[in-house]
Amino acid sequence: MALAIELKGITKRFPGVIANDDVNLAVEDGEIHAVCGENGAGKSTLMKILYGMQPADEGTMHVRGEQVQLSSPGDAIAAGIGMVHQHFMLAGNLSVLENVILGAEPTLPGGIIDRADAKEHLQEVGAAYGLEIDPDDLVEDLEVGERQRVEIIKVLYRGAKILILDEPTAVLVPQEVDELFRNMRELKASGATILFIDHKLEEVLEIADTITVLRQGKTVASVKAGEVTTGDLAELMVGSELPTPATSKSTVTDQRALSIDGLTVLDADRRPVVDGVSLAIRRGEIVGVAGVEGNGQTELVEAIMGTTHANAGTIKLFDNDITHQSVRQRREAGIGFVPQDRHAEGLLLEAPLWENAALGHQMKPPYARGVWFDRAGAQSQTEDIRTDFDVRSPDIHVSAQTLSGGNQQKLIIGREMTAGPDLLIAAHPTRGIDVGAQAAVWDHIRLARIEGMATLLISADLDELIGLSDTIVVMYKGRLVATLDPAQITPRELGSYMTGASL
Amino acid sequence: MTDLIQSPQAAPPPDVIVVDSGRRRILMALAAPVGAVVFSIVASTIMLLIAGSDPIAAYGDMAKHASKLETQISMINRATPLYISGVAAAIGFKMNLFNIGVEGQYRMAAIFAAYVGGAIALPGVLHIGVIIIVAMLVGAAWAGLAGVLYTHRGINEVISTIMLNGVALGIIAWLVREWQAEGDIAQVGIGTERIDASGVLPNLSWLPETIFRDLKGTGELTGVLVIAIVVGIVYHVLLNRTVFGFELRASGGNALAARAGGIPPRRMALTAMLLSGGIAGLVGIAEIMDKGRYNPNFVGGLGFNGIGIALLGRNHPAGIAVGALLWAFLEASSDILQATQTAPKEIIDILRGVILLTVVIGYEVVSRVRSRDEATRAAARLAGGLA
Repeated sequence: MALAIELKGITKRFPGVIANDDVNLAVEDGEIHAVCGENGAGKSTLMKILYGMQPADEGTMHVRGEQVQLSSPGDAIAAGIGMVHQHFMLAGNLSVLENVILGAEPTLPGGIIDRADAKEHLQEVGAAYGLEIDPDDLVEDLEVGERQRVEIIKVLYRGAKILILDEPTAVLVPQEVDELFRNMRELKASGATILFIDHKLEEVLEIADTITVLRQGKTVASVKAGEVTTGDLAELMVGSELPTPATSKSTVTDQRALSIDGLTVLDADRRPVVDGVSLAIRRGEIVGVAGVEGNGQTELVEAIMGTTHANAGTIKLFDNDITHQSVRQRREAGIGFVPQDRHAEGLLLEAPLWENAALGHQMKPPYARGVWFDRAGAQSQTEDIRTDFDVRSPDIHVSAQTLSGGNQQKLIIGREMTAGPDLLIAAHPTRGIDVGAQAAVWDHIRLARIEGMATLLISADLDELIGLSDTIVVMYKGRLVATLDPAQITPRELGSYMTGASL
Repeated sequence: MTDLIQSPQAAPPPDVIVVDSGRRRILMALAAPVGAVVFSIVASTIMLLIAGSDPIAAYGDMAKHASKLETQISMINRATPLYISGVAAAIGFKMNLFNIGVEGQYRMAAIFAAYVGGAIALPGVLHIGVIIIVAMLVGAAWAGLAGVLYTHRGINEVISTIMLNGVALGIIAWLVREWQAEGDIAQVGIGTERIDASGVLPNLSWLPETIFRDLKGTGELTGVLVIAIVVGIVYHVLLNRTVFGFELRASGGNALAARAGGIPPRRMALTAMLLSGGIAGLVGIAEIMDKGRYNPNFVGGLGFNGIGIALLGRNHPAGIAVGALLWAFLEASSDILQATQTAPKEIIDILRGVILLTVVIGYEVVSRVRSRDEATRAAARLAGGLA
């Protein structure tokens, strides 16, 4: 068979890491090809190079036998390559049809959009690849799985024959994954080539024909799906035993650190996004919150931190009613916070590391002496954090934006943990960071747990939730709908609770 | 599991590199403004040639004029309010607020301070103190209006401060008539009651006279220079050495992260606006001290120039000083060109505009080069350190 894509010797360097180191990839025409590897193995970088979003430092790329230089996604689309991003790029207030044609509108003379032509073309594409969707539905009314289908159609509409799917299953619950795989098989049957990124081994073996494994930026192997087991793949991926987030024996005490009672948060339309939530976390306990994103977890965290106003209910830290306290008072009362988006809420990207380490703790020693900001104290504290939490940086004076994601996250974990919080709110603490950093983050949370820290863990990684938590609660449409024992539950069962199927 | 964590952190690299990177940082910081000045000289030379003037003669006149002690003193006098105005704008910039209203704030402050100063009689230090405090309070209050509109109603501060500038001009026009000095009714436009000598800052002419020579009454060095220097020092210390300054910079750098760190963004925005207005209030002090009253010929435009100067000086206290002196030099040059007729004085406005435009572009280019440079150097040092 002819090769749809052939990459040879691709190398890409970033500050502090070599993301791709002499990567080779050969994708045959009409196959489903998986690229596997742990977080930080270089998968996403490789896909970005393939889609023209980043130039490779070295190496060559052939598409259908012709050497190409892709310097923008436009070039990639012209070469017949389309990409579906992990985070959808859709406008919710537009219809499916409008989203699909956005940026590639067929026009009548005078610049008027030819809707009839667009709809016809959309239905042709849908029929050709067996993807069904109502072009007039509003995107904001669609389920996550359907939105993903819109993204795929969008790419096909532009004539792509080679699809790149970046961790397509990460945002889906198991039932939606089945639907996606059905679609992928139909696409393949209709002649499309699919290259997809994943790190969930069962899924990869189920759907892929060929699997290329990356480890620390290098291609380790390219294997046929029929010839390997999940165990083989795991070993290829991590080079040794798989890391597990498993928490050892229980350190849960009977002293309540956080008590939430009947907490309700209303959105701008006065609809409850957090609806009568009651929850207790004891000292030494990790409570994991499972839920499909957008079911009120973000608002729950904001209400506990004090960045959102609680409309009803009480929040207590030990015996201290913090419901109406400011963020600062809550932090001083002993709450640490790892935000879900470290760039948006966690860091001052242009400021040096030692100023970032002070953020959130700037009012007390070693960062402050009275009203004075203690530069020397902050710098020596940051040196300690850098050593203790293995933040890889040349020194503490570089700006936070020069660090890789994993090191930025370690800096945030470090600054929160060093303050010795009674309660840690950790929202997606290992999202998008490499495997080494991930293990380190888990270790630090576990260690603090032994010393009595209470933790509220929000995560989309079900393995992390099950492995780390002492108790799992499921959040669905703003309510806590189930309390589960992580020792007794599989990711699949958890998934059905998260979609409300098991209620 | 621990074996998954890669090799341990290497020892930090030697200090030599840190020193070197410090020097690079300074070089990069200077590249944009120096480049802008050079570029704008080239541009204005071309302009002069097109206009049919002799650029060499024009620059010669400017240089000769600027080399005189009297001109230099007058440049410092002009630079003083510009500097204070630049700092006022810079405080807003640090918080990501565009206080376009320095213009209205300092004018309001000046007329109120002049009125109060003329109405009371107190011993020296107290009298001056009252005038300064009134000026700061009025400036802060006028800026605070825009601040409250921003924090409580979400009204863009650019729009509200611009409109408040207009409102201020109207109010002042009315107040000048209301507060017209008694006994001068016949004389239209005399301004507010004269401030007694006790309320006027003594000049600093003794300083150049001790160092250089007797000025023989050809010029005075303004006493407000002391206020400007104090403002610069306080601005620097407040911003870089206090918790409040850290919170202000953090909030301006990333409001969401600051909020999560317990820094209330609204309160910081309002405080920054009040501080900016308070400093703006001091801009007019030199003028009312000099004339002894607020009169209708009160000098305008200091607020708008302050914005440009803050931009030029990168909101840094020393940078703003350089910017203010450069502006003062250009103004002095404008005077001399007008007198000698070697070139149209409008060439100075062109120079100023070109400097500002190129410096903005230059800073952007430098900051891109710098972050790329920082990233590659960091990578190189890490790679070296881990090897």
